[in-house]
Amino acid sequence: MNAVIDAGAIADTVRRRRRSHLIGRIFIYSGLLLLAAFFITPLLVMLMTSFKTMPEIRSGNLLSLPTSLNTDAWRLAWSEACISVSCEGLNGYFWNSMKIVIPAVVLSVAFGALNGYVLTKWQFPGANLVFGLMLFGCFIPFQIVLIPMAKTLGFLGIAGTTPGLVLVHFIYGISFTTLFFRNFYVSVPDDLIKSARIDGAGFWRIFTRILLPLSWPIVIVAIIWQFTNVWNDFLFGVSFAAGTDQPITVALNNLVNTSTGVKAYNVDMAGAMIAALPTILVYVVAGRYFLRGLMSGAVKG
Amino acid sequence: MTFKQRLQATMPLAVLSPSLLALTIGVYGFILFTVVISFTRSKMFPTWDWVGLRQYPRLFANSRWETSVDNFLVFGSLYIGGAMILGLFMAILLDQKIRFEGVLRTIYLYPLALSFIVTGVVWQWMLNPGLGIERLMRQWGFESFEFRWITDPDMAIYCLVIAGVWQVAGFTMAMFLAGLRGINEEILKAAQIDGAPGWKIYWRIIIPALRPVFLTAFVVQAHLAIKSYDLVVALTKGGPGLATQLPSTFMYSTTFTRNQMGLGAASAVMMLLAVAAVMVPYLYSELRNERSH
Repeated sequence: MNAVIDAGAIADTVRRRRRSHLIGRIFIYSGLLLLAAFFITPLLVMLMTSFKTMPEIRSGNLLSLPTSLNTDAWRLAWSEACISVSCEGLNGYFWNSMKIVIPAVVLSVAFGALNGYVLTKWQFPGANLVFGLMLFGCFIPFQIVLIPMAKTLGFLGIAGTTPGLVLVHFIYGISFTTLFFRNFYVSVPDDLIKSARIDGAGFWRIFTRILLPLSWPIVIVAIIWQFTNVWNDFLFGVSFAAGTDQPITVALNNLVNTSTGVKAYNVDMAGAMIAALPTILVYVVAGRYFLRGLMSGAVKG
Repeated sequence: MTFKQRLQATMPLAVLSPSLLALTIGVYGFILFTVVISFTRSKMFPTWDWVGLRQYPRLFANSRWETSVDNFLVFGSLYIGGAMILGLFMAILLDQKIRFEGVLRTIYLYPLALSFIVTGVVWQWMLNPGLGIERLMRQWGFESFEFRWITDPDMAIYCLVIAGVWQVAGFTMAMFLAGLRGINEEILKAAQIDGAPGWKIYWRIIIPALRPVFLTAFVVQAHLAIKSYDLVVALTKGGPGLATQLPSTFMYSTTFTRNQMGLGAASAVMMLLAVAAVMVPYLYSELRNERSH
């Protein structure tokens, strides 16, 4: 008799537990979906608006689908839209950004790797102080260097040019890349280096034969981090690049604010997509590493 | 010592020296330069016309600066708080052994890959008083719906908060998620066996265990908030009026368009001090912990 009652009570509890579990699950999934909608909507709006015509934009709403895949706005944004005074679209500025990003990334990643190597495997007195000073360099508000940097670039004769911006991004990128490589190389056993030294391997041989082959995960992290930061930069671009040497972010801002004629929201959105595509592509292809990079930049371990 | 050995011995420092030079000049030298400029009467160009600390009282008495700082306090606290609370909430939801975690994480995180200029341009369009969210809600049947924050001086600052939190919440989510995954399973199991309800486990055990993550997330978001410039330029241009001016936009316009370089430099120094007040104690304790390990 007792056993029967117990069984009934247990079945009841189980049923109650299950129901509260189900309610919990519904709550969790609807929360996740609402959040997903919040984060994805601006991208969808940007994409859909870029394929609409202006009459469609005026009669429809943000989430109404474009009636056809009209690429006029993309063509205008790429090669005809007016930015400040010239009407040649974003394409020149897009390539400017590439010309800035590629050397800046290569240089800052190469030096970051070497710095990380020296700071962990060739410890010298004061190495930790140097590292601390570099670390703070990652976080300074760049407003503090704008005035002297403008003077210095002028003094070097590269004010307003692409090489000038490469130099700027190199200087303020190495702190971060050094941080990445240093935190990575710290975990490579020192014994490995010691035995190589006993075998007569020198500075470069140890780096190229032992550390570099291990480094590709962190190299990817550093490249993605630097690519995204340099591509997305606006403050340095707007301060130190002039006219047709400006990067895409500055050009996009000018495109949106150029007030000749009717405001073409579809062209603005196509322009924003063009500026966003390279980093979105990098993120889609190598998102896992992107995340890892963010994490190792901010929290260790 | 042979020549080759001597070369070997100097190699590490030789390799480090370009970066040291860049750091010494480009970071610390330039900081010093800006500090010195803030002690001068510089207008359009740097001059060495020494006025001591006089630019600083001028800065604090400047009503545009006062507005910028007030705006920053509103923006900064809501942006940091919003990103942390939303990030934590997202991380907890994602940590419930759910399906499609990878897809959802990707969706939550992609805004981080975008430039603040793109974010500003898109949100400006979504918040457009005539054709944006207002139009959407009206066409969906809420005919008297009004949403014009971006042109309202009292509300425009919240537009910055919305777009800013949208862009960076994924970052704090990722940090909290890593923290959640690092919590000792045994402790959680013990609590579950004791019959503690889910929310209590979170409130009493999990959230306290995440304290270091809260600190890191706060530090990272705080320094991003102080630096915020692009988003303001692209979304509101500091307006309407002065409603969304921040210290960063004050510094730029004062120095480069109003040609009050001494005053602009003083504002940059104040921004640096604000970042340093957050970062230096944090970095110091991090580095010390590392050494004691």
